[in-house]
Amino acid sequence: MEASVAISRAEGLGRTLRRDRWWVAPLSVAVGLGICGAYATWAIFQGRNYFAEPYLSPFYSPCLGAQCPEEIRLLEFGWWPMSPAILLMWVILGFRGTCYYYRKAYYRAYFIDPPACAVGEHRGHRYRGETAFPFVLQNLHRYFLYLSAFILAFLWYDSLKAFFFEDGFGVGVGTIVLLVNVGLLTGYTFGCHSLRHLVGGNVDCYSCAQFGDGRHRLWRGATFFNRNHMAWAWTSLIYVCLADLYVRLVASGIITDLRIL
Amino acid sequence: MSERTFRIYRGMQQQGEIVAYRVEISEGMVVLDALHDIQEQQAPDLAVRWNCKAGKCGSCSAEVNGMPRLTCMTRIDELPADQPITVTPMQAFPVIKDLVTDVSSNYAANKSIPAFKPRSPDAPDGSWRFYQYEVDRAQEFKKCIECFLCQDVCHVLRSHGKHEEFIGPAFLVRVAAYETHPIDVEDRSTYVKEHGGIGYCNITKCCTEVCPEHITITDNAIIPLKERVVDRHYDPLRRLIQMVRRTG
Ligand code: SF4
Ligand code: SF4
Ligand code: FES
Ligand code: FES
Repeated sequence: MEASVAISRAEGLGRTLRRDRWWVAPLSVAVGLGICGAYATWAIFQGRNYFAEPYLSPFYSPCLGAQCPEEIRLLEFGWWPMSPAILLMWVILGFRGTCYYYRKAYYRAYFIDPPACAVGEHRGHRYRGETAFPFVLQNLHRYFLYLSAFILAFLWYDSLKAFFFEDGFGVGVGTIVLLVNVGLLTGYTFGCHSLRHLVGGNVDCYSCAQFGDGRHRLWRGATFFNRNHMAWAWTSLIYVCLADLYVRLVASGIITDLRIL
Repeated sequence: MSERTFRIYRGMQQQGEIVAYRVEISEGMVVLDALHDIQEQQAPDLAVRWNCKAGKCGSCSAEVNGMPRLTCMTRIDELPADQPITVTPMQAFPVIKDLVTDVSSNYAANKSIPAFKPRSPDAPDGSWRFYQYEVDRAQEFKKCIECFLCQDVCHVLRSHGKHEEFIGPAFLVRVAAYETHPIDVEDRSTYVKEHGGIGYCNITKCCTEVCPEHITITDNAIIPLKERVVDRHYDPLRRLIQMVRRTG
């Protein structure tokens, strides 16, 4: 026996016996989400430079409101005075905000609950998790999924429209940017835990359920995407901002879109 | 051969201290080997729980450098060589002595789970028919060795002390094993919401990170159970459909 020191069981905010750099992950998430969130908010409130024929920024699709250029306007809400993107952003924010992955990410990074595994947190407060308001509302995630699926359909439509230029069929850098974007968003949506549950996860006995075989197949498909849901969440989030940026730069004349075909 | 310093918790729940020991390390040694060495050479009264030394009985759980680990599966050469190795008892449970904790709250949680309830047999000889692909989900959960490392790391138990209100990840895994089984007919969604306290889990995934059996606890057990609870208790549209069906 060499020496003895007073016992410290690691309790209290940030206290831990861990020796690794446990704070790197929550800090990177906090910064990453912060940057993407700040860019998206800025872009949504801009209300201009979101359309460069035939490219429409994903933040502005479907385009609702009198301000939308006629060729892309879905509905004309004359009463809406602000940027058209604001009208639908709550759907996307709600979808990502109640997503099981993002919940983990921001509970750790912003609510420090817990900051990392086996690292102390506030003990004094009455922890209620997702049993009470406001976080009990996370249970409505599937409704945001339904609404987002609707928006996703429009994004597919936009990305197909991006093949049609004034002089006919073609492919520009923007076409590829929008196509990759909608592909990533689809991968993210297909891996949604609620979708995985609804398409087949809620079945116990596939051999006795109606359409059991098909539902098991769908469940396996959703499971394939779900396995890397975090990666889909991040790449689609960063990429959607970059896609908006690309359209914005073309629309404002800072760069010219390159035609490939 | 090299020597390493081990800093080990010695004492009871109310009072204890970290005591340092030097141990000679040979190749392939795991933390449990070092604890046995200390027991043999320096501190015969050191309390350690262990059994299989093969990562299968789940007895030797403790915290190595602050992380919940099976001491028999933690190789010393994978720990930072320039620092002492700290071994403490699981923090989420009361200490009985040194590294041994009282894990009986887990047994109570286990008992509260509504038992497996098979449908009536499919064949006259009293047996059932189902396919392998239908039990794949449940079989992942059957790998659980009841080491309680996930219970230990879960902040709901560890930091917030909700042992009464929340059964914890290990038992949500067990509930999921029953719930997803093709011949089980019990509905545990109300149990898991009310008694199981699944809402306390904020899906921060530490349980998944520490599970030595690599069970995808959060994604495959807890979240699907949360979705079943939503079906039953939080989805207004589904409730409406069910009401219409019932009255129709
Ligand atoms: S995911 Fe839930 S059960 Fe698992 S450690 Fe986190 S809070 Fe606990
Ligand atoms: S689920 Fe994993 S960590 Fe939890 S008790 Fe079982 S084997 Fe241990
Ligand atoms: S769980 Fe992430 S989108 Fe539904
Ligand atoms: S002694 Fe059995 S798991 Fe470690």
